[in-house]
Amino acid sequence: MNKIVEIKNMTKKYFTKKALDNLSLEIDAGKIVGILGPNGSGKTTLIKILTGLLRQTEGEVFIDKHKVGVYTKSIVSYLPDRNFLYKWMRIEDAGQLFKDFYPDFDEQKFAELLAFMKLEKNMKIDTLSKGMMEKLNLSLVLARNAKLYILDEPIAGVDPVARDQILDAIINNYHENSSMLITTHLVRDMENILEEVVFLKEGKIVLTGDTETLRAEKGKQIDDIYKEVFASEEE
Amino acid sequence: MEFDSHLPIYMQIMHVIKNRIVSGQLRGGDKLPSVRDLAKEFKVNPNTIQRCYQELERENLVFTQRGLGTFVTEDLEAIKTLKTKMAHELTQNFIEQMKKLGFAPQEIIKIISDRINRRHDDE
Repeated sequence: MNKIVEIKNMTKKYFTKKALDNLSLEIDAGKIVGILGPNGSGKTTLIKILTGLLRQTEGEVFIDKHKVGVYTKSIVSYLPDRNFLYKWMRIEDAGQLFKDFYPDFDEQKFAELLAFMKLEKNMKIDTLSKGMMEKLNLSLVLARNAKLYILDEPIAGVDPVARDQILDAIINNYHENSSMLITTHLVRDMENILEEVVFLKEGKIVLTGDTETLRAEKGKQIDDIYKEVFASEEE
Repeated sequence: MEFDSHLPIYMQIMHVIKNRIVSGQLRGGDKLPSVRDLAKEFKVNPNTIQRCYQELERENLVFTQRGLGTFVTEDLEAIKTLKTKMAHELTQNFIEQMKKLGFAPQEIIKIISDRINRRHDDE
């Protein structure tokens, strides 16, 4: 099977502290993979390396068989966990910005996503609620025809209706030739759309596997396994 | 839908579809929803639905036509067999639970027949 992400023995040190410790991970095309772990477990560092914002200290990282660089940035669509748009913009300006930046931005797809999310082109960014903002950001990110989508906490702080719309949009835009990597604290809300999960603890993978297999083996939902794995963690 | 944590989700969705077939909600030859639509309905990974359809196909309850979709079997005998099998499973579960509560077989039969007769009088 075609591998979208290949990470081999990767370590990231901040001075002497290891944020990621000898991490190896492969993600096949067509998979939606959840990266689960508490704050400080290394999730954000991992994302920053995949998006090219940070460089690993040791080991190798390939996305679609290329080292992280200009090419991989063109095929990775990233939803940050904070707002990245200017307040003066309208939704259509945000679309234009993405179109200018990313050749794979699909305007048709963006229009469909906006309609699905019940957002209007002429809405001003600074009038959007948190849920609407999250839906807009996700629409922008999913409107790209990328190979790897990285969604950092896509449903954090949104109401249940917006959450369902976001989950539907993710399912709708799932494509067997691309992969999605999703980080979340809201394991219960997300676990059914994840095909594989990776539990990250202090920069190491402590548990990973197919979600259905893990559920069957442990006789528990992923949410309960999460609580078990991280029970001793103080956040 | 709330899923039971003890069983893989694809099996639980298989069960829902079998229920729809046996109850006549889905009839022989009917087209099943697309993988993506059913994934949205249950809010699960599309590959979970794919697996569910594959297993149903293995059990000869559905068949796939390339490019057209997945359909409920037209073999009415197979649907009837499924209905009987599901009835047996339900009954078996019920009997086991009643035994755990300490009821003897004769008592169980009496409880069921009383219940059915009462239901009959109500109508």
